[in-house]
Amino acid sequence: MTTIDTTDTNDLPPQDPNAVSITINGRTVAARKGDLIIAAADSVDEYIPRFCYHPRMSSVGMCRQCMVEVEGPRGPMMVVSCMTPVADGQIVRTDTPQVKRAQEGMIELLLANHPLDCPVCDKGGECPLQDQAFSHGAGESRFVEEKRHYEKPIAISELVFLDRERCILCDRCTRFADEVAGDPLISFTQRGNNTQVMTFPDEPFASYFSGNTVQICPVGALTASPYRFKARPWDLEQRESTCTTCSVGCRTVVQSSRDELLRYQGVDSDPVNWGWLCDKGRFNFQSINSDDRLSTPQIKSGDTYAAASWSDALESVARVIRHSREGSVAILGGARGTNEDAFMWGALADAVGVTMRDAQLDDGLPESVFSYAQATIDSACAGGTVILLAPDLKEELPVLYLRLRDAVQKKKIRLIEISSHETGLTKYAWKSIRAESGTAAGVIPMLLAQADVSAQLSSGPVVIVAGRPNLAESASHTMDALSAVLAVAPSASVLPVLRRGNVRGALSLGLAPRNGNDAAAILEASAKGNVDCLILLGADPLSDVADIDLARRGIAGAKFVVAIDTFLTASASHADVVLPAAAYGEKDGTTMNLEGRVTSVVQKITPHGTSRADWMIAVELLTLLGHESNFTTLSDIQDAMSAAVPGFGTTTTAVAIKRDGVVVSVAPPSSAPAATSVAGPRNSYEFRLDLSRKLFDRAIGTITSPSLANLATEANVFIHPLDLDRVGAAEGTNVRVTNSHSSIVLPVRASSSVPRGTAWVPFNQIGADVRELIRRNESIIDVRIESM
Amino acid sequence: MARLTEENVRLAREIIGRYPKARSATIPLLHLAQEQDGYVTNEAMSHIGELVGASSAEVFGTASFYEMFKFEPVGKYLINICGTMSCALMGAEELMHHAEERLGIKMGSTTADGKFTLERAECQAACTEAPCLQVNYRYRYRVTPDQLDTLIDDLSAGTLSSEIPAHGVVASVRQHIPADRGVGAVAPETVTENPVWLDGKAAL
Amino acid sequence: MTGGTWKHAPGFYAGDRPQVVTSRFQYEDSYTLERYLATDGYKGLRSALARPANEIHDEVKNATVLGRGGAGFPAGNKWGLMPQGVWPRYLVVNGDESEPGTYKDRLLMERDPHQLIEGCLIASYAAGLSQCFLYIRGEMALAQERVAAALNEAYAAGYIGKNILGSKFSLDIVLHWGAGAYVVGEETALIESLEGNRGMPRLKPPYFPAANGLYGQPTIVNNVETLANLPWLLNNGAAAYTAIGTATSPGTRMVAVSGHVNRPGVFEIINGITTFRDLLYGDEFCQGIRNGNDLKAFVPGGGSAPWFTPDQLDLPFEASQVGPAGSMLGSGAIMVMDSTTDIPRAALTLTRFYAHESCGKCTPCREGGTWLERILSRVVDGKGTDADLDQIFEVGESICPGAFPHASNEKLGIAAVPFPYRMNTICFVGPSAYAPVHSALTLFRSEFDARIVKRTMIKVTAVSE
Repeated sequence: MTTIDTTDTNDLPPQDPNAVSITINGRTVAARKGDLIIAAADSVDEYIPRFCYHPRMSSVGMCRQCMVEVEGPRGPMMVVSCMTPVADGQIVRTDTPQVKRAQEGMIELLLANHPLDCPVCDKGGECPLQDQAFSHGAGESRFVEEKRHYEKPIAISELVFLDRERCILCDRCTRFADEVAGDPLISFTQRGNNTQVMTFPDEPFASYFSGNTVQICPVGALTASPYRFKARPWDLEQRESTCTTCSVGCRTVVQSSRDELLRYQGVDSDPVNWGWLCDKGRFNFQSINSDDRLSTPQIKSGDTYAAASWSDALESVARVIRHSREGSVAILGGARGTNEDAFMWGALADAVGVTMRDAQLDDGLPESVFSYAQATIDSACAGGTVILLAPDLKEELPVLYLRLRDAVQKKKIRLIEISSHETGLTKYAWKSIRAESGTAAGVIPMLLAQADVSAQLSSGPVVIVAGRPNLAESASHTMDALSAVLAVAPSASVLPVLRRGNVRGALSLGLAPRNGNDAAAILEASAKGNVDCLILLGADPLSDVADIDLARRGIAGAKFVVAIDTFLTASASHADVVLPAAAYGEKDGTTMNLEGRVTSVVQKITPHGTSRADWMIAVELLTLLGHESNFTTLSDIQDAMSAAVPGFGTTTTAVAIKRDGVVVSVAPPSSAPAATSVAGPRNSYEFRLDLSRKLFDRAIGTITSPSLANLATEANVFIHPLDLDRVGAAEGTNVRVTNSHSSIVLPVRASSSVPRGTAWVPFNQIGADVRELIRRNESIIDVRIESM
Repeated sequence: MARLTEENVRLAREIIGRYPKARSATIPLLHLAQEQDGYVTNEAMSHIGELVGASSAEVFGTASFYEMFKFEPVGKYLINICGTMSCALMGAEELMHHAEERLGIKMGSTTADGKFTLERAECQAACTEAPCLQVNYRYRYRVTPDQLDTLIDDLSAGTLSSEIPAHGVVASVRQHIPADRGVGAVAPETVTENPVWLDGKAAL
Repeated sequence: MTGGTWKHAPGFYAGDRPQVVTSRFQYEDSYTLERYLATDGYKGLRSALARPANEIHDEVKNATVLGRGGAGFPAGNKWGLMPQGVWPRYLVVNGDESEPGTYKDRLLMERDPHQLIEGCLIASYAAGLSQCFLYIRGEMALAQERVAAALNEAYAAGYIGKNILGSKFSLDIVLHWGAGAYVVGEETALIESLEGNRGMPRLKPPYFPAANGLYGQPTIVNNVETLANLPWLLNNGAAAYTAIGTATSPGTRMVAVSGHVNRPGVFEIINGITTFRDLLYGDEFCQGIRNGNDLKAFVPGGGSAPWFTPDQLDLPFEASQVGPAGSMLGSGAIMVMDSTTDIPRAALTLTRFYAHESCGKCTPCREGGTWLERILSRVVDGKGTDADLDQIFEVGESICPGAFPHASNEKLGIAAVPFPYRMNTICFVGPSAYAPVHSALTLFRSEFDARIVKRTMIKVTAVSE
């Protein structure tokens, strides 16, 4: 079934009791009660100049640029249109001499202390101050005094520079940091003419969302290190696309110059990202420009690779597939590609009879999570209760964190969080319960039976946000917790938060496991010698599978490994054939976010070297393997996909190019019911392991983006301060973390966000790899920590 | 140069308890920090942020707005000479020049021995007694250059130390709400009903 | 009441006038509970509690107790602006007195803190306010000490806190203090400051404190002197109160006269009747201009007010007459300039004050105030040009569009532009930076002309002929 959102907010039904009609410069404008004049004017393209106003933040009325005249009982009154709501019959003029004089006056005052360094300013050419000085200024400045002087740009974080001389004190960045991101690490300081935006001494603006402040700065006061002095706006070409760094699916524009990606900017998609991006999604374009990208196919001979032609490389892969035993070809991955990539690889798998395939790497949830009633981001944020059985959303799906935080701040929803350590949302939660790994399902019935919780649940809709909070804990524990909540709140809907960009698309369009043969089973089969050809489709099991021992055995056991990737990853370097894949921004297509929303991704630059889109590789292999293939263009695939996938919808790909895309409901593939696991009491090892992701780690796209590469931290094990005393180790010293499988050494840190008895280790940071201690046949992992 | 002492944390908690929202105590706690160290240290601002639930940047943003807060050491005696209208009309400039010469420093700086800091101040609400000044916020009215000399002599000799405490201490009397008398602050969102005495009847 | 002046109330002269708020100033120990109780203290509260709250509110309304902070809005009406049925409501006492020329609230806090406390109690009882915050200017150490001590005494004696005097009425009064920022005297900035923030004013609407004030709740912000009137009002009744002064300006008010007069002082005057001539030249007031000099100009209502010249001396202390004459009564502060005054320099002193005290929030004030100060400073130093004088009006137009209020002047042949002004700013600080220089330039242009360097016109002639 296809659900197409056709609501057009400008098209108000006449009986709407909130409808008001105002007049702007003689034009009748339909608006709603509570709308601001400036927003009503925007809706009909009557542009009112502004600097401090931003539609996604509270109005402050500071810059005074948006003054207009409103007819009042005592004649026309000048008001700031960003803080004056519409009223039925209101008469607004934006074009009188008085308005023009005020606007020119403000521009002149703002320029008084603004350096005229436009020729060397990154913002020059796309600068609201520059533009409005031309459109709404008097054209000359009479300010002959010495301008304010401050130390020229100072780094306020690893990513952002601040030039206080250019700042016009509009409060956008500081409001964003406080209101939107919840990271009030920058503030106005001093007073009056000396007012300046600053961080606290020695506390940088280390927000995951800092790049947004650069985007919304109306002058060149805030600049981002990855873009500084890289290009002039008039040299940039851009196309609107969707970020696939994680599965939120934020709308972006992808900008390039001379066939090089230079910048991503957030685009305001109302149901998704509201214009915001996280810094990882914003700045990891650098990775695509990396010199370390794979550029030609390579065939291994002995211990080294030799560059090969595509035809030779593909033929060697086809040959291996042709000669593989029946049911011995496996495909891992696909969640990093487009829907079209996934569909074609699914089609190839079907044609060749591949029964072993999985777009996840044993680090998500069974695809049965899609079989419950599904929620959207908007429905989760609209009202009622949101129950979090999820990883730390601030770390894994940052813009979803922003949306949920906003809904809490605006008192629309209440959060109930069940987690094994504090998360970014804990302080916004109505209730936040610490449940040791493996015990959530057990505490849920009691928690939800409490009178206040029960009343809260019955007061409105309930949405369960379900994801994999702990890689050292079996997914079955999360599924059990989900069932436990649904037993109490059967009408709840589920928002699955699997993290890879197009994991939902890949699972829905052909790369979901068949007959329970998921990634773990595939690797186990491979370890036993039952896989003749292992195809890694943008997958890196050695880096991502929590049971690293299983990943090693699986890769080693495969008779032939094909890696289709953008970089020579840890796993790809074990491949017999490596095929360079086109990356984000190098191919067109569609993607599906965590809600099932299908939106477009676009090609902006030529693929690196000879790399090709995944779907093209699949098409060529199909042909080489003797299957009839009529696919030559992307739209051929899209037509086939629409026809072949129930629920995908015939118009989906056409609608996907629109900003907000369309939410589809693809029937979930049948999957074996997840086994229920029971975690026993913590054993003598004393600590239960909690392994979860941080936004910045050593993921390939991060470490190949120079500006993000340094943001991963050193690997540490975090335990409660009282536990630190008990272990007898000093903060920051090395401890031995041991269980029956292995033993590693990590520095230990005290953290009150970790409950007693839990040892939390962030995933994939610099240092010893805690995955050595994980075996997936144990549903929870207990460890001993000893001082050294 | 430090976080608030244990005794000051106790006082801070008492002050915070008087407000419906902890953040309201920011300025009183900044005064407490200044009283403790003579100026407001970075450590104290971070500590205050922890106590009232604000980031250090927010506490600094607030603190730096207000002129009484100093972020580096000042003299034991901060002499603020008013230079606004009435005092200006009555000879404040002359008084300031005299003070600069007498102490050998410019307005806005501190003597080498750390005893005196001179500042030009704005209206001190003693306009009929112009020109006026404050030493650590204690008034001196209709001050002549000679009287200023005497004042500086007395301060140097320590004869005024009982009347004028060292910089940082503003009021030497604190409010204390007895536990058995206080109504107690409540978060505004928890109040839904009108006060009991608004029932149309006499309260007594 | 007898006339008198006391060392412990510096600058205050009682005279033989009615004393509504200064009756205890004669006692050296007027700030103690003991003295307060011995002089009818807390009697007004007792009589208030014996009546329903709405009656007390009506009593205050009937007395038309004008706000003494500057705007002059009647307190009883202000309380009535709070929305029905929204709780809790707060009282915030504005003791941040810092308008140039103003000296009265400090005296009231230092000399009679219990009177202020009693006023807070009466207001809170009448308007259903559940907590009171007494915000005292940071630099007023003695006022803070006196009020703190009085609060401690009053708590201990049962006048504040739970079940006051055994009644249903309970109230905490919290002493809060500022840290040096003039703008915090603006009521929305005061609320921001009380919330622990930078004291930057909020835009009204939507942030009218009565509807959306402290913590977003209905909040009454009243000046110290306003509240100090309430005990007397309750003791003597609205009729006695309105018997003093005029119908539109009943009661008394505290006025400070400073600058070039023979006897600068603080006086409790009869509202609406006393004229500026009385104040500047009267024997019971300032006794004339110093050294027998002529009066050049005076600021009638605090540093923010447009200036008057001798032409306006016969106006009474009455808003409905001072407004049309081009200025305001403001905070009851008159600053007098005699014939020796350097007018451009005097204007600079005030403009610099407001530029310095700008919070920096809105563009016209932050940039415009400083710009005015810098131009004026250049002019005062003899380095200005006539273009600079024009530019002052241009910057002023960006701060306050349209005609700016000023007094009439017979000699110059100019008519008054009535108060108030229009403003492009959030609050009055920006316009206040413009007011002094605007008045000075309008009324004393020749003093500026004498200072400036005339712009030299360079004639460019074509070379090729």
